[in-house]
Amino acid sequence: MPEQKVVEPEHLLLEAPRERKFITGSQAFAEAVKRANVDIAIAYPITPQSETMHLVGDLYAQGYLKDYYRAEEEYGAMSAIAGAVRGGVRAFTATSGPGLLRGLEAIVSWPGHRIPAVLGVMTRVVNAPLSIQPDNVELAYLLHSGLIVLHAENQQDVFDFTLAGFPISEKVDVYLPVVVATEGFFVTHAKGYVELPPEDMKLPPRDPYKAPVPPTDCEIPPARIQRDAPVQKSNFMSYLIHAVWQQEIWAANERSRKWIKHFLGGLVEVVNPDAEVFIVASGCAAAQGREAQRYAELEGLNVGLVKVKSLRPFPTQELRDTLKNAKAVIVPEHNIVGWLAKEVKAAIPNSGIVVDGPRVYGGMTLPVELIMEEIYKAFGIKKEKKTLV
Amino acid sequence: MGLEYVKISPGFEKYMPRDYVDLVEFGQFGKEIDVMQMGQFKELVEEHPMCAGCYMAYFIRVFYTALPKPEDTIVLGTAGCARLALSQAAVPFIYGNYGDTNAVASGLKRALSIRFPDKEKDVVVIAGDGGLMDIGFGMTMHSWFRREKFTTIMVDNEVYGNTGGQESGMSPKGIQLKMAPTGKKFDKINAVELAQTAGCVYVARISPTNPKRIAKVIRRAILAARKFGPTFIHAYTSCNIEYSIPTREVLADARQREKKDFKFYEWMTDEVKEYLNEIEKKAKEVKS
Repeated sequence: MPEQKVVEPEHLLLEAPRERKFITGSQAFAEAVKRANVDIAIAYPITPQSETMHLVGDLYAQGYLKDYYRAEEEYGAMSAIAGAVRGGVRAFTATSGPGLLRGLEAIVSWPGHRIPAVLGVMTRVVNAPLSIQPDNVELAYLLHSGLIVLHAENQQDVFDFTLAGFPISEKVDVYLPVVVATEGFFVTHAKGYVELPPEDMKLPPRDPYKAPVPPTDCEIPPARIQRDAPVQKSNFMSYLIHAVWQQEIWAANERSRKWIKHFLGGLVEVVNPDAEVFIVASGCAAAQGREAQRYAELEGLNVGLVKVKSLRPFPTQELRDTLKNAKAVIVPEHNIVGWLAKEVKAAIPNSGIVVDGPRVYGGMTLPVELIMEEIYKAFGIKKEKKTLV
Repeated sequence: MGLEYVKISPGFEKYMPRDYVDLVEFGQFGKEIDVMQMGQFKELVEEHPMCAGCYMAYFIRVFYTALPKPEDTIVLGTAGCARLALSQAAVPFIYGNYGDTNAVASGLKRALSIRFPDKEKDVVVIAGDGGLMDIGFGMTMHSWFRREKFTTIMVDNEVYGNTGGQESGMSPKGIQLKMAPTGKKFDKINAVELAQTAGCVYVARISPTNPKRIAKVIRRAILAARKFGPTFIHAYTSCNIEYSIPTREVLADARQREKKDFKFYEWMTDEVKEYLNEIEKKAKEVKS
C-alpha cells in the first residue's frame, strides 16, 4: 500500500487529477473506501454484495483499514456499525436485498441514533420465489427512515457517491448515515470506465467531536438520548421528545442538499432541459433512460432525461422546475411497485402527466425499446409492432 | 480522560444540580469503593422506576458500586426491565435495538481500542434473559466466539417482565406464564455452560445474596475482559411481580435458589486466575 497523504474532501473529489480505469462496480466501491480513511468495516456475505466486502477485506489486509471482521448476520453487522460509530470511528458496510431487510431494524434506527456511516446497497430481489437478481424494490423501505439515499447509475457514480458519502454524512449540520445504492450485477459485476483520483490521497480522519451528538467514549459527557426511555412512557413529554428528535433528523436530511450539490453537482442531472417529454429515472434505469433519450434525439423527438441521484432528500423543486412545461413524464423502474413514479407524482402539481413505467422486475434487464414505446405513445406516434418469426 | 469529563468546569459548581455536585464530591469517581460502604457515599444510581421489591434493582445498585473505573465505563442494555434503572445511572449508557447489545458492544469496544489503544475503557452489557438468550442469542454467542473483550451480565428474572410476563428460554420447565398457557415445555437454557463452551475466559453464576461476593464477581469479570476476552455473569434477579414473590420474601427466595439451581459457580482460565490473583494480592497489600 502506498503512503497516503490526507487532503481535503474538496481536493480529492473535485480537484485532484483523475486517471481512467476500467473496473467493476464492486471495485469502484472498494476504490472509494481505499481513499476514504475508513477505520472499520464489518462484513456479512450475501450475493451480489459479497465481492465488494471481499475487496474491502483485502484493503484491511493491506493496512488501509484498522479493523475488519465478518459478522454473524446482518442485524449483528448493522448493530456493530452503530456501536463502532458511536465509539467515534469511521465505518463502512454493504448488503443486498434480503440482507438489507434483515438488518433493517438496526439500519432505520441509525438516523435517530445519529450514526454517520456509509452503507452500500447492491439491490437484489426480496420476497419469494427466491432470486439473486437485481430488482430495487428494497429501496422503497429506505425512503421513510431519515437516511440519505443516493442511487448510482454506473461504476463512476458508485465511486463518487461513496467517497462523497463520508464527508456528507459527517457534516455537523447533517450527521446522518448515507446509503449508496446501485443495481446488483448490472453495476457491481459489470465493468465500466471510472475516473479515479490518485490512490496516495485520502480523506481527513473522522473527528467525532465535530458533532451535534457526541460520541460515547468517556472523553466528553455523552449524549443521553435514551435517558428516560422516552417512547415507553405514555405522556406528552415523551411524545414531544420523540417528535422533536425526528423533526430534527428530517431537517438534517434537508440540510444535506447543499452538501450533495457541493460534492456531487446536484441532486439531479438534466439532459435536454427544454424537452417536451421527459424520462425521470434513477440508478440503472437512468442509464437505459439515457440511451432512450439518445435514440429519440436521433429520431428527431424532443425528449429529455432527469436522472435522480438523490432519493432522500428528494429533488422536489428540481423536478417541479424542470417538468413545468413537460407534456409527459416517463418513469422506467426496476421494481414492481413503482416507488419512483409515486415520488414524482407527489412532487409535481400536475401528476396526470406521469406515465407509470415501463417497469421490469425479478432481475430482468430494461430494454430501451420499452422506454421508446412510451415515448412514441407520448408523441402520438403509432408504430407497427414487428414480430420476428 | 475519564475523570476529566465527569469533573465540573471551574466556575460552574454553583450552577450544576446538587445531585451532580454530590456525585463528583462524594461519589465514587476516581476512588476505590468497598461495597460495604453503600449508604456512605453518593451512588451512581439512586432513583429508578423499578417495582418495589425488585431484586434486579438491588443487583444493579451493587453492580454500579462494584465498577472498577466508573468514569471509564460504558454500559449497554436492551429492551426489558434492567434498562429502566441503567438509563438513570451516572455512567454512559447505550440503548440500541432489540437484543443487539453484544453486536453494538463489539463495534463499540473495537472503536475504543482503535482510538485509545493505551487506555482502559470498560464495556459492559447488562441485559435480561430474553435479550441475551432469546432474541439476541446469535449475537451473544458470536461475540463470545469472536473473543470480544467485554463483559456480559445476564440479569435473569426468568420471564419477559417488562412486556407483561411472558415465557423466556430461561423460565423453568413446567412454569405457567403468558405465551406458555399450558406450562413451559423445555428446560431452562444452560447459559453458563454455553458461555464456557463459546470461549468466555471468566464465567460465574450467582444468586445475589451476598453483596461482597456480587461485587467481587463483577470486578473480576470486568478486569478479565480488559485483557483476555469475553466474560459472563449469570445472575438470578427474581421478578417478584410475575412470580408472585412477596416483597419481604425476595431475599429468602434468592437464598433458596442458591441452594438449588443457582449454586455459586465461578470458572476462569488459568491465565485469568493468575492475573486476578496478582491484582487481588496487590490490593490486599495496599489495604494492609
